[in-house]
Amino acid sequence: MLNDILKILENDAQTTPKQLAEMTGMSQSEVTKLIRQALKDRTILKYKAIINWDQVEDEQVWALIEVKLTPQKDVGFDSVAERIYRFAQTRTVYLVSGTYDLFVLVVGKSNHEIADFVSQKLSHIEGVKETVTQFVLKRYKEDGEIIEGKEEVKRQPVIL
Amino acid sequence: MVSESRHGGSKKRYRISKRANQLSPSGIRKFFDLLASIEGVISLGVGEPDYATPWHIIESAIESLEKGQTMYTSNSGMPELRQELARYLHGHYGLDYDPNTELLITVGVSEALDLAMRAIINPGDEVIMPDPHYVAYDSCVILAGGKVVTVPTYEDDNFEISAADIEMNLTGNTRAILIGYPANPTGAVMSREKTEELTDVARHHGVLVISDEIYAKLVYGVEHVCVAALPGMRENTVLLGGFSKAYAMTGWRIGYAAAPAEIIAAMTKIHQYTMMCAPTMAQVAALEALKSGEESAAEMVEDYNRRRLFMVKGLRDIGLPCFEPKGAFYAFPSIRITGMTSEDFAEALLTEEKVAAVPGSAFGECGEGYIRCCYATSMADIEEALARMKRFVSKHRKD
Ligand SMILES: Cc1ncc(COP(=O)(O)O)c(C=O)c1O
Repeated sequence: MLNDILKILENDAQTTPKQLAEMTGMSQSEVTKLIRQALKDRTILKYKAIINWDQVEDEQVWALIEVKLTPQKDVGFDSVAERIYRFAQTRTVYLVSGTYDLFVLVVGKSNHEIADFVSQKLSHIEGVKETVTQFVLKRYKEDGEIIEGKEEVKRQPVIL
Repeated sequence: MVSESRHGGSKKRYRISKRANQLSPSGIRKFFDLLASIEGVISLGVGEPDYATPWHIIESAIESLEKGQTMYTSNSGMPELRQELARYLHGHYGLDYDPNTELLITVGVSEALDLAMRAIINPGDEVIMPDPHYVAYDSCVILAGGKVVTVPTYEDDNFEISAADIEMNLTGNTRAILIGYPANPTGAVMSREKTEELTDVARHHGVLVISDEIYAKLVYGVEHVCVAALPGMRENTVLLGGFSKAYAMTGWRIGYAAAPAEIIAAMTKIHQYTMMCAPTMAQVAALEALKSGEESAAEMVEDYNRRRLFMVKGLRDIGLPCFEPKGAFYAFPSIRITGMTSEDFAEALLTEEKVAAVPGSAFGECGEGYIRCCYATSMADIEEALARMKRFVSKHRKD
């Protein structure tokens, strides 16, 4: 039941409790209770919008940073990761398998700002061995949404 | 009416065949003529998924085109597709069909229906079907030279066709019973018990059942009972199925028939002269749908279910009693509180509030007093349509 609600909200956070109730067959108060609980126990972390910043005059620079770590005594990867994700510039931080250890997505106002972040902050964190920074040139799809060129297909009149 | 003159009204310059003239112009057609001329209409009219086909299915077809897979296939369809279909029918219903002799890939269930009728009907043979029913059913029978016998079904009986009523209408000329559950336009699903009663009658009287199960996958919280899988029915059923609805593939035009070899052979003969084969790229796509489309289909069903609950509740809230549809993607509310005919209701709703729904009478006499609302449209549109209908109903209700 909660899963139903979460799936709907993940696709459209603006769905109201009334709509959710009608879509799932639950009562509105049940829905409200479940959502409140989900927010409280951080099952739902936050409601956000997906923005196409290219539509407005607001320069944003995105960079994907691969970070290699040195395994250290006493401190695990988690605490190194924490020291990285504390920075407000980091939007996403994952521990990954493969040739590097952490995947970090950083958003800044300029290349310069990101370069500063990497050279002055990230590379100085203890346990960070190596970083590879890739600047994002164009975003095609964000969080499941195609950014440009999503065309409505028009139905033709038909009998069925 | 616009459509009447178009369908051979005043000026008769060409001699159109009696058979073609015998077909009544679809009640839905005229509606779409009107609809096309109005801006800003929300359509609950078309019985079609609002999704595009899942990408992995489209991609498989593109790849086949790139590889130059553009030739005819075998008349009965690509062997791999028939094999996969046999596997599917075995997996879902425990039904074993020989992919070489008992399966035929068709141009939609539409063609399969036509072939089935033409393969089994002699002039004067009767085909029993429920009223209301999908608009093509009677035309297919008439085109094959048969006679349509309708059995009324009622909301009080969940729009299930009753075996006793069928039995009452059997004559020496009855050749087949044509049913389609989950049903268009009512959204009704036949229970196992009622289906068994029907198949008992069919078997007992040696009458074939033609079962259009195109909406088989679109059921909500109930089971779909496959007619051919009931005891003794494999040999007595022409099972029709398709890809249009469950995999959002209406435009690909692909469906199938599963039946005893003798019937499939006859259908294949007609198919090979009239159609040659189903479109090759669509067959490739259908193969992909069968192999790995289960998940995307299930996701769509989950989504339809939400809209179904929303739509039915919404209709009831605005004062239109609505039978609970357990399958397909239609709600079939009663509009009797307005005292209007369903055609007047639908026309006024379209012109006054710009919401298109199909008058129930387009599907038979028993559809009078209802309208068909397809909920395979966005939640936002359903919500807006309901708001407009609410205004409309409070203005016109007579009780
Ligand atoms: C009950 C029923 N049967 C058959 C069809 C035709 O399906 P296809 O696209 O496979 O020709 C439809 C389409 O609306 C339908 O509702």
